[in-house]
Amino acid sequence: MTDGVPWGETSHRFGAAPWWALGSATVGVLLLGSASLGAVPIDVMDVLGMLASAAGLPVEASWTPLEETVLWRLRLPRVALSALVGAGLSLAGALTQGLFRNPLAEPGLLGVSAGAGLFAALAIVAGSSALSAWLATSTVAMSAFVGGLLTTVLVAAIATVDGRPSVTTMLLAGIAVSALAGAGLGLLLTLADDAQLRSITFWMMGSIGGATWPAVGVAAVGVGLPALVSLRWAPALDAMLLGVTEAQHLGVDTARVQAGTVAVVAMMVGVCTSLCGVIAFLGLVVPHVARRIVGPGHRRLLPLSVLLGAGLLAAADLMSRTVAAPAELPVGLLTTCLGGPFFLVQLLRHRRHP
Amino acid sequence: MIVSWLGWMAVAVAGTAQGVDGQSVSVASPQRVVTLGGTLTEIVYALGAEDRLAGVDASSVFPASARQLPQVGYYRQVGAEGILSLAPDLVIASEEAGPPAALALLEQAGVPVLRLSSEPSAGAAVARIEAVGAVLERSSQATAAAAALRRALAEVEPLDPSPTVAFVFGRGAGSLVVAGTGTAAEAMIRLGGGTPAITGYEGYKPLTPEALVVAAPEVIVSTTRVVEGLGGLDGLAALPAVAATPAAAQGRLVVLEDLLFLGFGPRLGAGAKALNEALAAP
Repeated sequence: MTDGVPWGETSHRFGAAPWWALGSATVGVLLLGSASLGAVPIDVMDVLGMLASAAGLPVEASWTPLEETVLWRLRLPRVALSALVGAGLSLAGALTQGLFRNPLAEPGLLGVSAGAGLFAALAIVAGSSALSAWLATSTVAMSAFVGGLLTTVLVAAIATVDGRPSVTTMLLAGIAVSALAGAGLGLLLTLADDAQLRSITFWMMGSIGGATWPAVGVAAVGVGLPALVSLRWAPALDAMLLGVTEAQHLGVDTARVQAGTVAVVAMMVGVCTSLCGVIAFLGLVVPHVARRIVGPGHRRLLPLSVLLGAGLLAAADLMSRTVAAPAELPVGLLTTCLGGPFFLVQLLRHRRHP
Repeated sequence: MIVSWLGWMAVAVAGTAQGVDGQSVSVASPQRVVTLGGTLTEIVYALGAEDRLAGVDASSVFPASARQLPQVGYYRQVGAEGILSLAPDLVIASEEAGPPAALALLEQAGVPVLRLSSEPSAGAAVARIEAVGAVLERSSQATAAAAALRRALAEVEPLDPSPTVAFVFGRGAGSLVVAGTGTAAEAMIRLGGGTPAITGYEGYKPLTPEALVVAAPEVIVSTTRVVEGLGGLDGLAALPAVAATPAAAQGRLVVLEDLLFLGFGPRLGAGAKALNEALAAP
């Protein structure tokens, strides 16, 4: 399954601690820049000033109330959510590629995105009046999360025989279940009216625009906890790169790691997708870039995917809300526009150096 | 096709109306009419000709009894066979109805299709009413409905200062979809005496939340079905960008029924007046 697929040349030049510090600092500056730029430009010093003042430091206010409202209620939650979701989707991508032992795998293969999309559309088209009264604005997000989880459970159940998951069956089951969910979505599109159609279309292209502090909290828990759990599996995933049987000989409980990876990926992608809609390509491309930098070892690959993913989605969201302002470009569109060509270049390079 | 109607025209004076495609449609007292577009269904009801409706499309949600009629699907994506199964002798379609192939099939099957403009203006609304009145031979009722529409529009009071208004048309994964220029919502805001707050782009697009705060609309308008999808007025008001607008601070969130606000049909005057009253309220 791994034959003839580019895993990326291993180079450990960037493995050392100073490089990590530099990378983290770059992402930090990027996040600060994102907090400063937007439809309401806020001076970087004012951003730092407001942060310092919130931390209790005596800073003279040189900013307007409008800037304060925008920064605290709109800008900061948005930057934080984009970083968390970017990190979650990228880590989920790296884990999926490890699980399937295939660098072309992405979390969508487990059916999470398709299931979430189907249930989000269901909530938009059918559930509005009946459910929203008591679930308020979270109806679509809740429904999407449930949908993502249900499809993954279905795919995992189909692929598990005698308590042992078969990764190949899981791949095929994921494709079939995703196709079914896609057909269901198509059916809902024919039933939707103009406003619903617009909502579904924009949902399928992703947006960080709905960021609120509660959403950031949900993402922090829904991405943070699974991420911490999964980082511990890096050595086991490394062993499994050799082959499942080989990893078992090395003493790895492969069934447990596989089931755990599926659960963690479903959780992270489910939370991210339900909060921000479908954001494509990030889970596929970021692990590739990370692999180019630190090689295929999961001990470095997983943390670097987190760092790069956070920075990349924050940058994509910055573009999404500034390029066409006051209108907004769907962020999923931008990640695809950036990720698609990158991926093609990788394929072409591999074609030249087999 | 046209030749076959000529025979009927000899025995009865046919209703004739000019479509937006320039085609003149003429049918002798049509008894089985299918409407494609909620506004057109509403016009047929306003002219008291609802007993002649054989079917309507899914956007025909007003009046409530229109929902009891046989459904032919959503007007932008209808199937010719479903419509033909209702044995219509006339189809009145919005210019946005489609797909074109389905409408062409209807004409090939000998069913005249009257296509009417969907332009969002008072003049176009009156023209729509008069065209439906002509083809259904209800011209006097059409004249009365058009006069009532104009009367209600005349009762709209100019507002000084004219409040800035943003129209919310739904929500994707995050940002609200807000009406820009060239939309029915923009035209309606102006007819109601308001000033559109968002003019930076055309059509209905996701608006970056900060831009809504900067635009600082004094009133936010939406429709019943859109607000349902947003979790009610409380759900709309709770969105951070909306909460930071003067509209939310002063509790000036206005909800109007979908076809009343966006339909540009017989209730155009009433809709403009309802909006005008809401905008005038302190």
